[in-house]
Amino acid sequence: MVKETSPLEIERNVGNFAYPETHTHDAGVGLSEKTIHYIADIKEDPDWVREFRLNAYKTFMSKPMPTHWASKDLEAIVFDNIRYYLSGGVQPKRNWEDVPDDVKRTFERLGIPEQERKFLAGVEAQFDSEAVYSNIKKAVGEQGVIFVGSREGLKDHPEIFRKWFGKVIPTGDNKFSALNSAVFSGGSFIYVPPGVKVKHPLQAYFRINAENFGQFERTLIICDEGAELTYMEGCTAPKFNTATLHSAVVELVALKGAKIQYITVQNWSSNVFNLVTKRGLAHEDAEVKWIDCNIGSRLTMKYPGVIMKGRRARGEVLSIALAGDGQHQDTGAKMVHAADETTSNIISKSISIGEGRATYRGLVQIPKHLKNCKNNTECDALLINSTSRTDTYPAITVRGTGNSVQHEASVSQVSAEQIFYMQQRGLTKAQAMSLSVNGFVNDLVRQFPMEYSVELKRLIELEMEGSVG
Amino acid sequence: MTNQTAVLDETMEEIDSPPPARAILSNSFEARSPELPAWFREQQQMAWTKFGSLPYPNRKDQPWRFSNVKALDLSGYNFGAPLSQSERDEILERSSGLHQVAGRLIFADDQLLRRDPLPQELLAAGVLLKPLERAIVEHEDLFRRHFMAQPATLGSAKFAALHEAFVTSGTFVYVPRGVEVELPIEIFHWLHGENASVFPHTLLIADELAKVTVIEHFQSAHSDRAGFACGVNDLVVGRGAKLNYVCTQNWNQKALAIQINSTSVERDASAKSLNVHLGGAYSRFESLSRLTGEGARSDLLAVSVADNAQEFDARTLQDHASPHTTSDLLYKNALTDRARNTFGGLIRVEPHAHFTDAYQTVRNLLLSDDAEANSMPGLEILADNVKCSHGATSGQLGENEMFYLLSRGIPASVAKQLLVSGFLNEVVDRLDHPAITGHIHELIEAKFARR
Repeated sequence: MVKETSPLEIERNVGNFAYPETHTHDAGVGLSEKTIHYIADIKEDPDWVREFRLNAYKTFMSKPMPTHWASKDLEAIVFDNIRYYLSGGVQPKRNWEDVPDDVKRTFERLGIPEQERKFLAGVEAQFDSEAVYSNIKKAVGEQGVIFVGSREGLKDHPEIFRKWFGKVIPTGDNKFSALNSAVFSGGSFIYVPPGVKVKHPLQAYFRINAENFGQFERTLIICDEGAELTYMEGCTAPKFNTATLHSAVVELVALKGAKIQYITVQNWSSNVFNLVTKRGLAHEDAEVKWIDCNIGSRLTMKYPGVIMKGRRARGEVLSIALAGDGQHQDTGAKMVHAADETTSNIISKSISIGEGRATYRGLVQIPKHLKNCKNNTECDALLINSTSRTDTYPAITVRGTGNSVQHEASVSQVSAEQIFYMQQRGLTKAQAMSLSVNGFVNDLVRQFPMEYSVELKRLIELEMEGSVG
Repeated sequence: MTNQTAVLDETMEEIDSPPPARAILSNSFEARSPELPAWFREQQQMAWTKFGSLPYPNRKDQPWRFSNVKALDLSGYNFGAPLSQSERDEILERSSGLHQVAGRLIFADDQLLRRDPLPQELLAAGVLLKPLERAIVEHEDLFRRHFMAQPATLGSAKFAALHEAFVTSGTFVYVPRGVEVELPIEIFHWLHGENASVFPHTLLIADELAKVTVIEHFQSAHSDRAGFACGVNDLVVGRGAKLNYVCTQNWNQKALAIQINSTSVERDASAKSLNVHLGGAYSRFESLSRLTGEGARSDLLAVSVADNAQEFDARTLQDHASPHTTSDLLYKNALTDRARNTFGGLIRVEPHAHFTDAYQTVRNLLLSDDAEANSMPGLEILADNVKCSHGATSGQLGENEMFYLLSRGIPASVAKQLLVSGFLNEVVDRLDHPAITGHIHELIEAKFARR
């Protein structure tokens, strides 16, 4: 049994290693206005950004924890014990050679430079609070695509980014978006000019190395008219005994006819609170698609949303969650229809293993006097063990006669007949389970880029081996 | 607080003719009926304190999400004055429900107007049909064991406390082991006085292998008088017993109504409830169905027809506390004008309640541009080997169906009504009781006819 689970341990913990800290900038432990000023000083923020941060800090302090509806586990976060800013400098390197050795080794172990060479149009690698490396392929840069960090974006291209910054997700959206707005650092600011279709994905990799740390990256992606972009993010952290906080804000703006596909493979270690606000704004004929895959973390609360603001805009969320022992994946989607003929689709599949808990929480809104809006929601949950738990909490509001909404959810087990059939043909029970579970998520996984779907299948396979018996 | 009550009592005596209708909300508590036993009045006093200590609902609380909590202002309501003989006669005249019943109780403003006793053979078999205040005294054990035994967990704990503080009458039904009551037992509750309130309670116990059907009618004597109804039902279905419960809620459109029902279904027993919601300006309905023994089954059926600015708010919990249990919920709502509907339902499969089958289906039919439907179908599964699913849809009348009827010369308004009836009938017909379904069809048609 032990032998069987060992490959799993390696895989789950692919990011479970840490190097000694060598930060030159450290905002210290705890959060106060001083912390905000420290961050703003280091980043040489323009005055309006500093002001924005300070206001957000006040909002954060005034907002209660959402424990009246969310998991009580949130109370385990002690904001005073967290370090809010750690970096070795604010300027990312353009060459891997220039990245400090231990940081470079970190990303090499995670395979980032290799992936960049193989199939990416650009990469940003964030280590604790700042990106250490950021590069975009020359040909893509020449098309006018801007791919920088949040600091550079606000400083060097305010005419592009200021207009949308904090507009899709206002500071006061929730307590954690306010926290991010106060102390954000890192993340990607991307602009794709009209008509430019970026062939290969841009990727960001978020790495937490330090203990008691909070990572608050901020991402803003704007696809101008008719532009197309695929963005992928991955993340890992070493497993510490203390809680780590990751609280990002991601805003997407798809202008007329633009298409944005945003792919996340979240594989944080099991001490990470992953509380992320993600939302896209889709203008006329635009499409925003979130592919959201949650495998790691202790508690994830993440409900990617799309506001369909223009006619015929389209929103989609494809979500896979895998909750093992000690994990709660509280994920879902928000679809706000704000124009005629807008359509949205949510497909969520979750697998609960051992004492894991997977929750789907959704919101669909079709307000007054819209015509021909459609939403389809499907949530399927698979329970592997008798101690596993799954919940579904959708909220659907529809007004008027021109629209239609359907929501369906089901909960099931791996079919005993299926397992029997496969075992009879010589597969081990673990192999049979893993095949069956892979079958359960297969139609979703197929929509992922190849590199990710292979990775995901492997993760599921290994996870299954440990859960049977 | 008790001292204050005493002081108040003294001052009351000095007034020659006390005001005919006492406000329900006051600074101190005074039991409505001094005839109730002391222990129960004490319990009521405690419930009143609890009512005061619990906060008013807030829309930010999940159990009240989407609900128009502003409608829950209780300040204007009173207990209603005694009815005159002519008023009583008129209400009795209008209390027409089913043609054939086993027994009947008719209340108006919480006053018992008439009681049609059970036939001799049922009485001889030990079946009890009594006003609640008599059961408190005569069947204290059964009453204490089952009266509000399930706490109100779906949001209305405050109103359940208010009900307990002020309940003075209602219906007590007990069907002993193995006895089958063929014909339905019928109960009427009327709202009569201006701003009157009622606190109807039905305590229904079907003992092992017993069989019984109960139908309640909620109605208003006047279409233009505001009123407040705050009812609680306890339905207890013993081993292998079979219970059908039907309620036609047809208060007038000025009424504020809160109804809290809880059903517990024991081993191999089955409960089927059908709630028809037609009346009320704001009507909140909470229904808990708890399956406590293997083989238990619960069917939860409801339809609503909302027009004008009516608001219906239904919250349900299918609580599977034992393995091998089944529940099936089907709610259908038709909405027009500016009406709003909210459904919040949860299937909860508790740990170890393996081999559960639980289903939940909500369908909203929106017939106007200002109608609004909110659905929150929920699942919480903590067990293994379960078959659970839920579905919620919101849509409008099918174009093809309308076209088919119109092309056969049926006027649009009639076609629309036919399709809406067809939509709702799927639920009503599942009751499988022709006399009752016939009565419900009439009520629904009458509501359409008023438009």
